[in-house]
Amino acid sequence: MKRLAGYYCFAIATLMLPLLFPDSYYVTVVGVTVCTNIVLAVSLNLLMGYAGQISLGHAAFFGLGAYSSAVLTIKYGMNPWLAMTAGVIAVTVLSYVLSRPILRLKGHYLAMATLGLGIIVHIFFVQADQFTGGPDGISGLPVLSILGYPIDSDLKWYWTFAIFMLASVLFSLNIAHSRSGRALAAVHGSEIAAQMLGVDTAKVKSHVFVFSAVLACITGSLFAHQQDFVSPESFSFFFSIELVTMVVLGGLGSTFGAVIGAILLSLLPEVLLVFEDFEVMIFGAILMVIMIFLPQGLFVAMEETFFRLLKRKSQGSADVTS
Amino acid sequence: MSLLEARNLEKQFGGLKAISGLSFSVPENIIFSVIGPNGAGKTTLFNMLTSIYKPTSGSIFYKGNNITGMPPHKVAGLGITRTFQNLQVFLNMTALENVKVGCHMHSNSGLISAALRLPSVMKEEHRVRKMAMEVLEFCGLGDIADMPASALPYGILKKLEIARALAAQPDLLLMDEPAAGLNDTETMELCDLIVQICQSGITIILVEHNMSLVMEISHHVLVLNYGKLLAQGSPYEIQHNSKVISAYLGGE
Repeated sequence: MKRLAGYYCFAIATLMLPLLFPDSYYVTVVGVTVCTNIVLAVSLNLLMGYAGQISLGHAAFFGLGAYSSAVLTIKYGMNPWLAMTAGVIAVTVLSYVLSRPILRLKGHYLAMATLGLGIIVHIFFVQADQFTGGPDGISGLPVLSILGYPIDSDLKWYWTFAIFMLASVLFSLNIAHSRSGRALAAVHGSEIAAQMLGVDTAKVKSHVFVFSAVLACITGSLFAHQQDFVSPESFSFFFSIELVTMVVLGGLGSTFGAVIGAILLSLLPEVLLVFEDFEVMIFGAILMVIMIFLPQGLFVAMEETFFRLLKRKSQGSADVTS
Repeated sequence: MSLLEARNLEKQFGGLKAISGLSFSVPENIIFSVIGPNGAGKTTLFNMLTSIYKPTSGSIFYKGNNITGMPPHKVAGLGITRTFQNLQVFLNMTALENVKVGCHMHSNSGLISAALRLPSVMKEEHRVRKMAMEVLEFCGLGDIADMPASALPYGILKKLEIARALAAQPDLLLMDEPAAGLNDTETMELCDLIVQICQSGITIILVEHNMSLVMEISHHVLVLNYGKLLAQGSPYEIQHNSKVISAYLGGE
């Protein structure tokens, strides 16, 4: 119960928002973007934060999910759920095959390889225009429906994304306190020591790579249906970098760090719109200030301060009683 | 029967022979020490025994099976584990979590079942926690279980690494300079711990520079010099071996 206290608060807040502000632009439109980014950041954090394996190509799997839904439903008239499943299978196979050779690399080399992966996939979206519609993208996806209920309004999309997002956050929190989560953290801490304790590090890394790719892929499918449009722009190298920024900004290795990072990076541009031309400058400056003063990440820093205060307070009251 | 046997081991780094023509066998349930001057090849030998390095030639047999060139995690799976000269504690975890990683081979839940937190996972978590606490207490670390490893002093981390290795329930434990950097009291405690571990049925191969520790607890000592076997025998025999004395102190 205590382990998930923060999660329950977060879940209640997420689910209360549309009830309190059903017509707000910030809930129905920005809310969906925020949820999308949270799932992507949380899934990337499994790989980067837990296992310590950087990926600069996470947007590729997000894009593959979106395009498999778009192309298979529009060009081949496939059922949306079937198309999504096909996307998941394709991404599972692709990420598994790639994971073994790629994750043998470390540090900068791994960054380079995943960067390459992201760029290749992006170029494919742009160039394979007989399937993907090229740089213009494709639109006109069928409406997704769950058990006969069509998801055809902004509010319904918010609910869909919110529930999917909450499930992903819960998965991530659950993994942290399990054999697999510890094996990931062990790979992060010392790969050689992990191996000496019988952890098959290649397998562990490959599994988490596939898991995080599949989460991104499903998010992509939902995103494609919600936007009713896909174009290569949404899955570029820059978006991969933005995801990495979310994870690092919130606090590497912390699920809620990734959540906070994603919320901040999704909302900040909206809020900063009032500054017009200076928006990007101020955005950059905020990121720099956070990283300079809170290098361990925004959420992790807040958490540490909170527990320090709590400890001091309990020590204070103990002094009074004694 | 011997637990571990090395036959004609050789390891070459470029032109340098770190180990050459080394054969020895380690009987079950003893403390087997490997000593030698700096650069004699002790850590290289450990790295070969745990398959971190592949020998250039020669072979290693464990319980009669040839384990040469096997992936390290499989070697660990057979019951060999080790501690490190330069600490390899997982600093991103608490002490208890470190030891829980040691229980990895004695639990089996996967990523998906963990994500869904199936009842089997919760049961396993409970069991692993109990196992890990027992090991921590055996090593006298029960009260620091929930401390982050990064906040613990060096001497405790050394013990924690031993606890983590024990959690893997090995038959053979390789310890690379466990007393390095410890003060006298800590060394005494370590000495007792090693003897206790051996008495619990675990064979120990020890690399150590602290000669009084080695001579006090070892059953058998092997001396390496420039990657070659210089001498082996009981601590008493080694202390009175003229070749060993001249290797350490310099002879004419």
